[in-house]
Amino acid sequence: MGNAADQVFVILERWLVGHAPAELQPILSSLLSVIALLVVFASLFAITTILERKGLGRIQNRYGPNRVGPFGFLQPLADGIKSLTKEDIVPHAADKVVHFLAPVVLVVAAFSLYAVLPVGRNMVLANLDAGVLFFFAVGSVMELTIFMAGWSSQNKYSLLGAMRAIAQMISYEVPLILASVTVIMAAGSLSTVTIVEKQAGYSGILPHWFVFTPWGFAGFVLFMIAATAESNRSPFDLPEGESEIIAGYYTEYSGFKFALFFLGEYLGMFAISGLGITLFLGGWTAPLSFLTWVPSYLWFFAKLLAMIVIFIWVRGTLPRLRMDQLMNFAWRFMLPMALLDLVTAGIWHFLAHGIARWILCSLLVVVPYVLLGRGLTQGWKLEKRVYRFAE
Amino acid sequence: MLGEGIAKGFVETARNFFGSYFSKDRLTTVQFPEERLPQIEATRDFPFLVYDGEDWQAGMRCVACQICEKECPPKCIYIEKSKDKKPDAVGKPQFYPAVFNIDVSVCMSCQICVEVCPFEAIKMDTEFELSTDDRFGGLLWDKAELSKSNAHYRKVHPTDAAASDAILAEERAKVEAKAKSAGKVKAIPTSPATGSEVSSTQ
Amino acid sequence: MIVAILTVAGAVAAMSLRNLVHSVLALTLAFAGLAAVYLQLGAQFIGFAQVLVYVGAVAILIVFAILLTRDTSATITVISGSWISGGIVALAIFGILAWTVDHSAASQGSTSLHPAASMQQIGNALMLQFALPLEIIGVLLTVALIGAVTLAMQENKETK
Repeated sequence: MGNAADQVFVILERWLVGHAPAELQPILSSLLSVIALLVVFASLFAITTILERKGLGRIQNRYGPNRVGPFGFLQPLADGIKSLTKEDIVPHAADKVVHFLAPVVLVVAAFSLYAVLPVGRNMVLANLDAGVLFFFAVGSVMELTIFMAGWSSQNKYSLLGAMRAIAQMISYEVPLILASVTVIMAAGSLSTVTIVEKQAGYSGILPHWFVFTPWGFAGFVLFMIAATAESNRSPFDLPEGESEIIAGYYTEYSGFKFALFFLGEYLGMFAISGLGITLFLGGWTAPLSFLTWVPSYLWFFAKLLAMIVIFIWVRGTLPRLRMDQLMNFAWRFMLPMALLDLVTAGIWHFLAHGIARWILCSLLVVVPYVLLGRGLTQGWKLEKRVYRFAE
Repeated sequence: MLGEGIAKGFVETARNFFGSYFSKDRLTTVQFPEERLPQIEATRDFPFLVYDGEDWQAGMRCVACQICEKECPPKCIYIEKSKDKKPDAVGKPQFYPAVFNIDVSVCMSCQICVEVCPFEAIKMDTEFELSTDDRFGGLLWDKAELSKSNAHYRKVHPTDAAASDAILAEERAKVEAKAKSAGKVKAIPTSPATGSEVSSTQ
Repeated sequence: MIVAILTVAGAVAAMSLRNLVHSVLALTLAFAGLAAVYLQLGAQFIGFAQVLVYVGAVAILIVFAILLTRDTSATITVISGSWISGGIVALAIFGILAWTVDHSAASQGSTSLHPAASMQQIGNALMLQFALPLEIIGVLLTVALIGAVTLAMQENKETK
């Protein structure tokens, strides 16, 4: 339990903090953790931008950027220099205070989401009793900043983009929170540390992750779809689609503020994938019981990288959803599925261990999925579709 | 079932991603400054003046007839005739251009000058990387810059160069045949009544 | 103390700023200040619920309502003629509330650092002791939702 490689950062922090006088120690400890989080996730942002551009390029049968460093890996540096040196244009009619505050508040909110994610064993910044609730509370602040950005530009298209973004985000918050509630029910606590610890056991070599149960798998899929919509990421990026509404709510931002929006969006994406990993994929626990010697923070970041790869893959594959398709999907498909998932999780908890509850819960998840899918796409005819001319 | 098409889409993009590392037809990008796409033979960019042999001034085919200058739609050609004559591609003494300027920034590559030239003197080149930082004279080419050898013409447009050479060879043969018969006709009045001398003139 | 000043400043700004959207944002600041007060008192659940509900949902609702119904570039006059009587009424209400809080049981008990109700206890109380009020609130919200949808649908039919 806790070998040296696993706890190396904890030991390092305790050693560094031990040099300070006793009154300053809590502040210094928090400060060190905050600095570490800022550095790690900002560099992850830089790496993700280049990975995404090269990944999307390869998916689209082209190279990504390949001029700046070896195979283009210094491109984030070039992007950073560009965004820092561009002229900061503020529209004449814009509301200067709100225009300035919007990206700042977004980045502050996005960074504070990482406080409750357990990055490794004993490595969480704030072990809050209501960690998951804190996460969703701060996430909802991010929506308000998008409104601030859209409105302060005094641009009809920005405002329209901001309204659409807010509508999308509040619609997808409902399945997001309901999917998390299934995990909270199963773990019995809102604290992220407790949720990860509940998933830390192994039966044979397989872990007790919540994603390996029928309700957990459905919950994970729902959570990831809602997470994609919450971070305004393809295929849900209508509010910021480059070919739709120019750039939506951040049309009027240039230079560093635009980079801050980008940063805020990507940080939100990492944070919500981090929450998904914590809730469903066992946080920092290893996937197979004989792999526990690998340090816990490496597992967390490996899973986070896998999530990022999946986000990039989805972005390269699916076309953008139209606003009404998006809203229909949230309210008419995901919400009923999330509610059924909640019921399934409850039934799972109260049935005895064994094959019976696997079969019952799997049926409870799969059958409504198939029927609801057929019902919504075929106008409430629930038979399997037979094509007249395509066979 | 809902999601089936999405799953197939994912498989397709994954295949694209991994295939782009292995198969050349999945990644068709040409890395521009280092590699170039091959150009077809009929590529045309901007005109050049053809010269035969080694000396570009002596071998220039252009006789300053100014037909291309008159036919050019944006009027980017400027010609000044010379005062003296020099032998042209087929051997006849002709005027030659003292000044021949083409404003390449105006030229629209329509090839009309090539089509109307009766002397196979102006042809289209295939060079397009012509950016210059000299705003006022960099794209105004004079006679020296425009002249390129027939060997270059054969390299960039082999079939057209072969056809052009054939036409010029034919013209040359006609001129020489005329010169021969003119020589024969001229010989008769200068040396009358001597039958043996008639056959000896060349 | 700082949080209290921030909250009151936000509320005053919400009343006195000319631009409506600015006053909504100041109101949001007041909500956030209130959440900070809750957190300082150790009530984690209600503090985060305050942010989630008020800042995340109510503020957005107010913003949507303003944007869809009023001309946001229009400014409103701030100091109206009857500010004296309004001020007297406000002071009276403040006096009554302060007297009530001062003489209530909560301010005479000792303030403890540990939260009196942890998450488990709140959950248990909601499900066991307060299950009926919870269900009634749920029904009330459902009624409100159905009512709103019905109103919107009727308007839709009328405009058609």
